[in-house]
Amino acid sequence: MRELVANREVLWNLVRKELKVKYTASVLGTVWSLMNPVVFMAVFTFVAKILGSPVDVYPVFLLSGLLAWNLFSVSVSGGAQSVIANANLVKKVAFPREVLPLATVGVAFVDFVLQSAVFVVFLLAFGYGFVLDRIWLYPLALAGVVTFTVAVTLWVSSMNVRYRDVQHLIGLALLVWFWMTPIVYAGGQVQERLQAETIAGVSLWHLFLANPMSWLVFGFQGALYHSGDATEVLPAFGTAQLALGLAVVFVVAVALLMVTWRLFFSLSGDFAEEL
Amino acid sequence: MTAAIEVAAISKRFRVYREKPSSLKQRLLSGRTRAEDFWALRDVSFTVADGKSMALIGHNGSGKSTMLKVIAGILRPTEGTVSQRGRIAALLELGAGFHPELTGRENVYLNASFLGLARRDTDRVYDEVVAFAELGDFMDTAVKFYSSGMLVRLGFAVAVHVDPEILLIDEVLAVGDESFQARCLDRVRTFQREGRTIILVTHALDQARQLCDTAVMLDHGRVHAEGNPDDVVRTMRLTILRHDLEFAHDEGTREVEIVGVRLLRGAQQLDGPLHPADVLTIEVELRADEPVDDPVVSFAFHDGTNLFVFGADTANAGVELGALQGKRRVRFDVGPLPLTGGRYWVTLGVHARDNQRVYHVQDQRYTFEVRPDEGHREQLYMPVRAEVSEP
Repeated sequence: MRELVANREVLWNLVRKELKVKYTASVLGTVWSLMNPVVFMAVFTFVAKILGSPVDVYPVFLLSGLLAWNLFSVSVSGGAQSVIANANLVKKVAFPREVLPLATVGVAFVDFVLQSAVFVVFLLAFGYGFVLDRIWLYPLALAGVVTFTVAVTLWVSSMNVRYRDVQHLIGLALLVWFWMTPIVYAGGQVQERLQAETIAGVSLWHLFLANPMSWLVFGFQGALYHSGDATEVLPAFGTAQLALGLAVVFVVAVALLMVTWRLFFSLSGDFAEEL
Repeated sequence: MTAAIEVAAISKRFRVYREKPSSLKQRLLSGRTRAEDFWALRDVSFTVADGKSMALIGHNGSGKSTMLKVIAGILRPTEGTVSQRGRIAALLELGAGFHPELTGRENVYLNASFLGLARRDTDRVYDEVVAFAELGDFMDTAVKFYSSGMLVRLGFAVAVHVDPEILLIDEVLAVGDESFQARCLDRVRTFQREGRTIILVTHALDQARQLCDTAVMLDHGRVHAEGNPDDVVRTMRLTILRHDLEFAHDEGTREVEIVGVRLLRGAQQLDGPLHPADVLTIEVELRADEPVDDPVVSFAFHDGTNLFVFGADTANAGVELGALQGKRRVRFDVGPLPLTGGRYWVTLGVHARDNQRVYHVQDQRYTFEVRPDEGHREQLYMPVRAEVSEP
């Protein structure tokens, strides 16, 4: 950890490098990072119209969860490649290898900040605005999603050096995970339909809530979505209960981070020869 | 003298897969992996004293680059420990940390941060780096447009400006044009004067001798020789020339045997270096159990690069041994020596006059050193007499 602090310069330079390389020789540059949520929003708003959705202001609802999800999924899928893609560095230069997956998360975080800024402008410009008594959930959810993302990214990036299956597996896993997380559909609906169902004595709704990303997405939606139907769209949690859930997810994420960081460190000794 | 780097009983095992099973399925299907162990380093220990320079030499595959990577912290050793005092900058491959899409300027900052330099400090040395690399007009060009020579210059320029206490250099001095090489060497000497510690991996053995205080030769992952660079380089050269023969070996029919050899200055046993213009005396004692007709005794000098310097024998010195039986002593007075600084190795032989039969050869078993007066760097010594007169 101390070594990492000493190497924050490396981390910062790598993030800048990735950003620069990503948008070099493209005419629109960073505009591309904004295109993904815009296209998603257009497509899903259309789909929600056809299939029918109880959500009144669908774009706000979708983007609240989607931006956080993108931070997670872009980091994890990019992180899987991060060590391999920098094989030349790993084999020739000594530096804490954690920097590589962390830089991937950093790049995704920069995109997240850009997209969120545009989202905020969008909320203000269309007069949707914010509700102050729920907005404090936002930093809690953000801390949770960043910690959880770093933990998973470290794990995936270290495993992929030895087993290249991980990068293929991760694509599928993220697809399933995306649809198991209440981003395009409303958590309130899920609660309504799954509450009574059980599998082997376990409530399906509780299984659904075992997914930390669900809680984090609820957190973002709870903080930002405040239309009249918010109580039906979001699951029936009080603000305190949601905050408690986010706090638990955060603690679990920190514990997971400590485990995956240690694992990464012990595996990273062999990176230079495995590549 | 404290140690800057202490390498203690380092071993490094690589797993060599016949076909590297890099997917889970392959690993599951093949059951236990068919890995063979390959020990790139075995129980290697040495220390480099603070402010000293050490050369690490060896044949290809001897483990020297692996050793350097272990010291640099790129590879984790299987056994043993490396302890170091001070910041290490490793120059394993020039421009290793460069990214082709970034400009020269951005790469300088990226590379400097890998070598542990903060942004502020990089700002401070940036102009010097650019001046050293002579790339003033190209710093805002992406390095993918650089020639290999430009990359090399920039890489070395960054590495020598990050102010490390310990510098690890792998082969990089061998690249670049001659004037750049000269400046690199100059910079390395400055480093040495400033009391920094250097480990140099090189195939350029003369460079190792000129630059380093000590040397370690690795062979098949073990320390084969260590100590004075002249001796270690010599061992290395001899193993290059005759991989299968012992260093100091005897051969011949032994019909005449060399039983005693003394190197003398005047009547004194040689106990220190000679000086140019000294006379070296070589005394050889021979013994033949059966009579041998007209043997010839010869000697040869080789220098530190194993270059043949001079040789002579009793035949061209105009003496004959006649029919030899029992003991005989032969004495050569060689000199005044036209040699200057360096160590020389003496080969002695007894053979038939027509060279058809070799009785006994002792190959480079004896050695002497010549030390010039301070400040003399010539290749040769020649006695000079000067005279002034009216025309």
